[in-house]
Amino acid sequence: MLRNISKIKTTTKLPIRCLATTADPASNPNRIHGGLKDQDRIFQNVYGTYGHDLKSSEKMGDWYKTKEIILKGDKWIIDEMKKSGLRGRGGAGFPSGLKWSFMNPPGWEKNVGPRYLVVNADEGEPGTCKDREIIRKDPHKLVEGCLLAGRAMNATAAYIYIRGEFYNEATILQTAINEAYKAGYIGKNACGSGYDFDVYIHRGMGAYICGEETALIESIEGKAGKPRLKPPFPAGIGLFGRPTTVANVESVSVAPTILRRGGDWFASFGRERNSGTKLFCISGHVNEPCTVEEEMSIPLKELLEKHCGGVKGGWDNLLGVIPGGSSVPVMPKTTCDNILMDYDALRDVGSGLGTAAVIVMNKQTDIIRAIQRFAHFYKHESCGQCTPCREGTTWLQKMMDRFQAGQASEREIDMIFELTKEIEGHTICALGDAAAWPIQGLIKSFRPVMVERMKQFHEHHDNKNVGYGGWIKDGKVKDGIVVDNPKPAHH
Amino acid sequence: MFSKFINRSKSILLKKQCLTSYRYSSIISVHRDTKEDNQNMPFEFDSENKKRAEEIIKKYPPQYKKGAVMPLLDLGQRQLGFTSISVMNYVAKYLDMPPMRVYEVATFYTMYNRHPMGKYNLQVCTTTPCQLCGSDGIMKAITDYLKIKPGQTTKDKLFTLQEVECLGACVNAPMIAINDDYHEDLTAEATVDLLKQLQEGKELTSIGPVLNKRESCEPFSGRKVLLNKEPTDIRKFTRSDL
Repeated sequence: MLRNISKIKTTTKLPIRCLATTADPASNPNRIHGGLKDQDRIFQNVYGTYGHDLKSSEKMGDWYKTKEIILKGDKWIIDEMKKSGLRGRGGAGFPSGLKWSFMNPPGWEKNVGPRYLVVNADEGEPGTCKDREIIRKDPHKLVEGCLLAGRAMNATAAYIYIRGEFYNEATILQTAINEAYKAGYIGKNACGSGYDFDVYIHRGMGAYICGEETALIESIEGKAGKPRLKPPFPAGIGLFGRPTTVANVESVSVAPTILRRGGDWFASFGRERNSGTKLFCISGHVNEPCTVEEEMSIPLKELLEKHCGGVKGGWDNLLGVIPGGSSVPVMPKTTCDNILMDYDALRDVGSGLGTAAVIVMNKQTDIIRAIQRFAHFYKHESCGQCTPCREGTTWLQKMMDRFQAGQASEREIDMIFELTKEIEGHTICALGDAAAWPIQGLIKSFRPVMVERMKQFHEHHDNKNVGYGGWIKDGKVKDGIVVDNPKPAHH
Repeated sequence: MFSKFINRSKSILLKKQCLTSYRYSSIISVHRDTKEDNQNMPFEFDSENKKRAEEIIKKYPPQYKKGAVMPLLDLGQRQLGFTSISVMNYVAKYLDMPPMRVYEVATFYTMYNRHPMGKYNLQVCTTTPCQLCGSDGIMKAITDYLKIKPGQTTKDKLFTLQEVECLGACVNAPMIAINDDYHEDLTAEATVDLLKQLQEGKELTSIGPVLNKRESCEPFSGRKVLLNKEPTDIRKFTRSDL
């Protein structure tokens, strides 16, 4: 999701290794990732086979020995999470154990009062639909995860911020919470451990920006979801002015299984520093789009061919893949051939794992139109607080509308690239960056396609010298209406 | 003279509105008194919703009662059909908030419909993943069949059409949401079938993927993993030192 994506840095220069990326496929050449066995799947009910009520989930082992885990204490839980190497599943990939530990600085006990865990279920990133599957099919994993993550942070309550469109999912989750209250698993003296913990649902109302952690906090407080400046960070002053940590649904939901089976078990999957299993949602031009839990660092090609029946028209018909939801740059086919699906490998090629929402596009795709639609998305979802983003996304959308038809001059490609650079990094939250990256990715990988489109347009209009802004020679404005000039596509 | 000026500016306004994009007209953040929506119309939660409202307010700390503004507005919208100015004023009073703070919230979030809606709110997702799978065809099928554009309501007040951004069911693209229910894996014909059923006064019986090609998010040809009848019991794998 949107939250914290600013922490990922895309590099345009390939491939530069940074300090955090010691993981190198060459260091362990014999290990091929992928092929996760059923017994190692955390979300066993992802296809809804085994039922989502309390009884069925207890059969899978949910709520087993939860009391014992709580009694081990916050330090034990956090150490175990650190050992597991879990990185936040919301997009930025920040180590979860470390993040949770920020809630317990020395002397935290002196700050008496409520402390909150906020679960980010405002899943709005185009391509992403993993949290929905967790909420409607494995809700008890999430509720138990709230309790255990809350225990690790010494939180008193959890708010689950679920997007408003997920009405039926919210109902299922509320039923699960009621079941857990009734069974004594949460509430006063949760699981008989002497720890008090409440779980509440707060439904959003259709704002993508509320996936940003501080906007989400504002939204729960009953305000418009406009991100706050940081610092202060939520771990210091967050929801209702109290220490708060915002975590993604998937990061929270995997915690109980990790704690039960041990951090080492989780760390045994995937490459070093990219450990664990992950829900991948594959959409777009594949024969069988699906959501599947797989090992991290699985090669992209294997993921698509094994689980999704391959690309429509065969692998050679692949044009490009967006590996992590709309906010990461598109990768051309040459990169897709050998790429591993994990945080570091994708970052090294100038893209990112994001939410692991794989959007596949084959050669029949109008790539400019696909990215132009993203420009519309970001224009619609910009909260309007920072000028570079509010104005910039509108500009990007207008320019992309023209680029889709080819109604521009080639130099404008450089202008839009410069424009994206003016937005990127100049806003409070990461939405500005997220709006800029898809277009940068398009220019980086598919510039010749854009130039070709413009050439066609120019030829179609008898080479009438199409200038900046898509104006041809005879075009003019009359009574506020553009006349004698082609109008850009809508979307 | 003054009225003439107003009339003139009104006509300019109307003209402008016709020229500008119709797409997001459903969320214009300006209130104009109309017959259906003005400050003199009374609004109050019914007894059931009052109970619900009390439950909701309990979720938030007593000094931050205003956290409940979003769920209460939603409650009001569900009761009345849309978020009128009276709903907003009532919620403001209910929570001891300045009305302006409520207006801010109601105009920021796109799911508060601030104009009267049809009985069925059709929300067509057209963001890229759906677009790649043919949401243009779905949109065209609906606009052709109902003869309305996004942001408009049919004359019989049955359907309101909205073009929305990603609804988070990309694996099951293309999809539309009708009120609160998702209908996925659509084709143009299947979409029109849904609309026909609703027009005949039937309630839709199933939600999720239509055409029964699959249950939810598994591949079309059936599950490739998790084939066992019984789930794996994690209790057997739990570490011994707990």
